[in-house]
Amino acid sequence: MNIIVPVKLVPDLVEELSIDASGTALDTAWLRMIINEFDDHAIEQAILLKEKTGAHVTILSTNVEGVDDLLFAAAAKGVDRIIKLNGDIESGVNNHALSRAMSTIIRDLKPDLILTGVQAHNDLDGSIGPQLAEYLEMPYIGYISGVNVSGDKVIVRKEYPGGLIGEMQVSLPALLGIQAAEQPPRYVAISKVRQMMKTMSIEELDLSSLDSSGAPIVNRLFQPESGERATMLSENADEAANQLITIFKELGTL
Amino acid sequence: MNQDIFVTIEHLRSKVSELSYIMLAAAHDLAQGTGGEVVAIVLGQNAQGLTSDFNADKVLYVDHPLLSDFNPEAYTKTLTRIIDEYKPRAVIFGHTTIGMDTVGGISAHLGLPLVSSVRTIEANSKLISQICGGKIMAECNLPEPTALITLVPGGYKPEQGQSTQSPPVTSIPVHLEDGLRIKLNQYIEPETGDVDISKEPLLIAVGRGIQTQDNITLAEELAQAIGGVVCASRPVVDQGWLPTSRLVGKSGSTVKPKIYLAIGISGAPEHVEAITGSDVIIAINTDPIAPIFNIAKYGTTADLFELIPVLTEQIRNIKG
Repeated sequence: MNIIVPVKLVPDLVEELSIDASGTALDTAWLRMIINEFDDHAIEQAILLKEKTGAHVTILSTNVEGVDDLLFAAAAKGVDRIIKLNGDIESGVNNHALSRAMSTIIRDLKPDLILTGVQAHNDLDGSIGPQLAEYLEMPYIGYISGVNVSGDKVIVRKEYPGGLIGEMQVSLPALLGIQAAEQPPRYVAISKVRQMMKTMSIEELDLSSLDSSGAPIVNRLFQPESGERATMLSENADEAANQLITIFKELGTL
Repeated sequence: MNQDIFVTIEHLRSKVSELSYIMLAAAHDLAQGTGGEVVAIVLGQNAQGLTSDFNADKVLYVDHPLLSDFNPEAYTKTLTRIIDEYKPRAVIFGHTTIGMDTVGGISAHLGLPLVSSVRTIEANSKLISQICGGKIMAECNLPEPTALITLVPGGYKPEQGQSTQSPPVTSIPVHLEDGLRIKLNQYIEPETGDVDISKEPLLIAVGRGIQTQDNITLAEELAQAIGGVVCASRPVVDQGWLPTSRLVGKSGSTVKPKIYLAIGISGAPEHVEAITGSDVIIAINTDPIAPIFNIAKYGTTADLFELIPVLTEQIRNIKG
């Protein structure tokens, strides 16, 4: 079985985000980029399927700063083939443009199964999975938290609100949007990643022209107004504890 | 091409989602700008009865055995045909496990623009989306010709989408052939845990900030001292540190306790939507601009690893 995993880097939300001078994009100068957490789960799910069924796993990502580290880390986890995609990525690339351009590359890789993160926190034109599936004429199911291969089908667990699961089957080839792998993404030692940097090479492929139509044009970005912000207690732990005790007493809990 | 605003109603096992009513409310805001009507689209089997309290000008209803349960493929095909035929000014989907499984394929198939994570609609049909875990808002114009929109909760009240007058229902035919590549096998009921967190009055919730499985003990000790129950946001449950029965959020439980103490939780929209019914939210997070402080009544940026043990100790002393 041939599994393809397209992944992307997103701004780390732990860092402060600022908006650039144009007012329509994040200031990239200070951004720390990390793998989209759902993509990390997609990689884990792919590795789990490789361990169960002997699948061959290829990971693809666009060539932006930090991509090499991401690809080598995936290789250290057990990904067989790592590819970065070159193109005019910086100029406001979006999921419509990417899914169109990636579909031709992925078709040539002849996937049986494509796994990708169900969404990314900075998506503004929907998630990439269902769009890519449409261009590849494959069925798509998202919000998946479990995948089992059964002949020429996969059986998946789709999440619904309130903890309800829909068990669905889908014939291959198919594309799945992963919410969570069956186990947390594995940790790999830096030494193993370094070893991959020496022994494995990143393949490079060119994205064809990027056509952004279908994605919205941003007028402006802004930070949400915090009009009804919380009453802030002390930042000192002892004082904050005292204040919380008072609040709990007022609320009748103590 | 008309100026109507379509709303794709979401229902599961004979229950319309709360977000569907929020979508109807948002649709009225948009329709006011475009001068069109609000039209609810319902796909299902024997599901006409679900529409009686919709605040909509009319309902288009599609009945088919293959639409008896949500199926991403059947929904995408059916909605693609309806949107292509009617060409409304905009179509609102839920930013959910149902809407997000269908809207992307429709956008790609019909070449229609898609704006996701929209929370409110402002004057002149400006769409305001909430991205980056609630830390950034984006403003876009309503794109042409037919704008596909996914809506997140928070901008409208569900009551605004309800009405005592039933809208007229028009049945429309659909041609869905057998041989779908996706099939629902069965529903699997949620694990019933030792407690039902949706009914607990005092919840101690832990998020990514708790850092390790061992640190969950801090929250458990506090919960035991004060008489509460521990629950968690998604990252903690995905790590396997707490069972799914303790998950608060989009695919977990919606909770409405008297007190919700959020420890090391940033306040991503998928979590926030499930806790807004709490009487009092108290947040502990070292990030002063964490979105959780925008919905909490009280907050502190004190380090949880210093604060929680002190707080637990004081409560123990009071309770003796």
